[in-house]
Amino acid sequence: MYRYDEFDHTLVAERVTQFRDQVRRRVAGELTEDEFKPLRLMNGLYLQLHAYMLRVAVPYGVLSAHQMRRLAHVARVYDKGYGHFTTRQNIQYNWPKLEEVPDLLEELAEVEMHAIQTSGNCIRNVTADQFAGVAADEIDDPRVYAEIIRQWSTLHPEFSFLPRKFKIAITGAPNDRAAVKVHDIGLRMIRNEADEPGFEVIVGGGQGRTPMIGHVVRGFLPVPDLLTYLDSVLRVYNQLGRRDNLYKARIKILVHETGVDEFTRLVEEEFAAMTRETPQVLPGGELARIRAYFQPPAYRDLGKAAPTLDLALATDSAFAQWHAASVSAHKQTGYAIVTISLKPIGGIPGDASAAEMEAVADLAETFSFSEIRVTHEQNLVLPDVAKEDLYAVWQGLKEAGLATPNVGLVTDIIACPGLDYCNLANARSIPIAQEISERFADLDRQHDIGELKVKISGCINACGHHHVGHIGILGVDKKGVEHYQITLGGDATETAALGDIVGPAFSGDKVTDAVDTVVAVYLDQRQDGERFLETYRRVGLAPFKEKLYAAR
Amino acid sequence: MTASVVTANRLGDGAVVYLAPEGRWTGCLDAALVAQDDATEPLMAMAERGLVDRLVVTPYVIAVEDGPDGRLASHIKERIRATGPTVRLDLGKQAAQTGVTESCHVPL
Ligand code: SF4
Repeated sequence: MYRYDEFDHTLVAERVTQFRDQVRRRVAGELTEDEFKPLRLMNGLYLQLHAYMLRVAVPYGVLSAHQMRRLAHVARVYDKGYGHFTTRQNIQYNWPKLEEVPDLLEELAEVEMHAIQTSGNCIRNVTADQFAGVAADEIDDPRVYAEIIRQWSTLHPEFSFLPRKFKIAITGAPNDRAAVKVHDIGLRMIRNEADEPGFEVIVGGGQGRTPMIGHVVRGFLPVPDLLTYLDSVLRVYNQLGRRDNLYKARIKILVHETGVDEFTRLVEEEFAAMTRETPQVLPGGELARIRAYFQPPAYRDLGKAAPTLDLALATDSAFAQWHAASVSAHKQTGYAIVTISLKPIGGIPGDASAAEMEAVADLAETFSFSEIRVTHEQNLVLPDVAKEDLYAVWQGLKEAGLATPNVGLVTDIIACPGLDYCNLANARSIPIAQEISERFADLDRQHDIGELKVKISGCINACGHHHVGHIGILGVDKKGVEHYQITLGGDATETAALGDIVGPAFSGDKVTDAVDTVVAVYLDQRQDGERFLETYRRVGLAPFKEKLYAAR
Repeated sequence: MTASVVTANRLGDGAVVYLAPEGRWTGCLDAALVAQDDATEPLMAMAERGLVDRLVVTPYVIAVEDGPDGRLASHIKERIRATGPTVRLDLGKQAAQTGVTESCHVPL
């Protein structure tokens, strides 16, 4: 993985020093809260319902075992023993003390971590396919480009005060695990007719108050032009994006109001001008330098046969069930990708205790070349596990309480912190997730239902990605009482779609029943081998709506 | 008749506090100074001093009512602020009842 150079080290260390002084001045009364707030936000420090919250960046979701251990240490020493992995592949701490945050950041800087670009109207941390570099279906390793984008975007002077925050996601595979169509810019690696790799550039997607699926503005962008093109898109946005209305300031609104064709024309015009004047062509040498950081680890020559695995699958049904849900195809023969569910039945989605983080770090060290990934679905990944080691990994996870075999199933729920922690929330998300999880706890039933993505947000900001949940749940405040609006048919993948609202919102105590009803209608309607989404696309909203509101 | 108190977050750790008599701040809703009939201006004026003294951040007015076990914030958001995350009863103010963390009376 990428290692900091001298420049990165200096930048992060200087940031800690600056913030230490800013905190000191705040506490000494030299800065008012109005003056201090933008400074703390630039360092990922929010003020939530009960305490400060620090959002730590995990750029493109890649972590080493060493870094994970440090995250566990931070949880223990500076927080209350746990952290929360988010849909932005980051980790949040819910209880840091203001005056301790500089020390906390210094400890993170020692392991090449920070909280830069986790807040504010800048280019946020780029997110990526959690299987980057190991996926069997990959065209090229997106981490290389994600790192280049990180270096280009960090403290970019021209783009530090954009109309609004700006999120870029990248995938190197045709199967989109990074939700690129619902980001400000989505980059999807493709090959052109000459078999050269490049990017399909998608702009203007997003969730929140006005959800939109992004539009392709460039069908094929050659790799060397990546940064010039990103500069062009950002320039058009920075100049024309609305600054008068917070709710209309994202690039999706600009694309929508300008029209895709005109927006594309403006970007191409800017691109042509920049290419003439100040081209930022990615030099091959620089590309190779960054690529060198992402060389595959020293894989053993394992061959296809995996007798230990075969025996375990044949004799241990609990392991087989976990394997079916958690293991994905690796590009290297004899290896597999393991997704670790952070969704125990009845648990808090995305939360991990310090001990759990350390257990994952141990397993990564022993079995996965010390590498870990964070997924936007709030799970963790061991990207490089030999198939012959899968049984041992499962036993290790079981011991740590991390072997819930529900990845991709109905209880693998995304939920934002909601009203239990978040200052912007209308309603709680976590208790709804917990109740649904408990209702569907039976594993056989979950496997029978098959792939089903439930996503819950506590307000319209949609951090819980409810718009693209197969079943989306949005918390709303109806005269001070928590209610939940349900959407169906959302999809965050390459076949992206926004969910359709089923009808009036349900009170909190009726939501799980409603989800149960939706699942019952699906099971009733599904034809052989159909996933939920396929059935929904075939039969539409009507049968679900009918059952959901029949008794009303 | 409506009743209101002023709440804020403590500067040092963000803990939820309420304005108490004589411009003190308390972690305990029961000890808060109550304004009747929306007469909240004097309370906010008093709260401003907390800002000057760098004790608290962003004070604002909330509605409260009498509950069976004492005073209660009217809105669910404020009820959760007054107790802690409903999904982690071992954290936040409510934890005081189980003796895990700080008491209701947060020292300033
Ligand atoms: S969706 Fe709303 S409630 Fe949930 S974390 Fe985001 S801002 Fe908070």
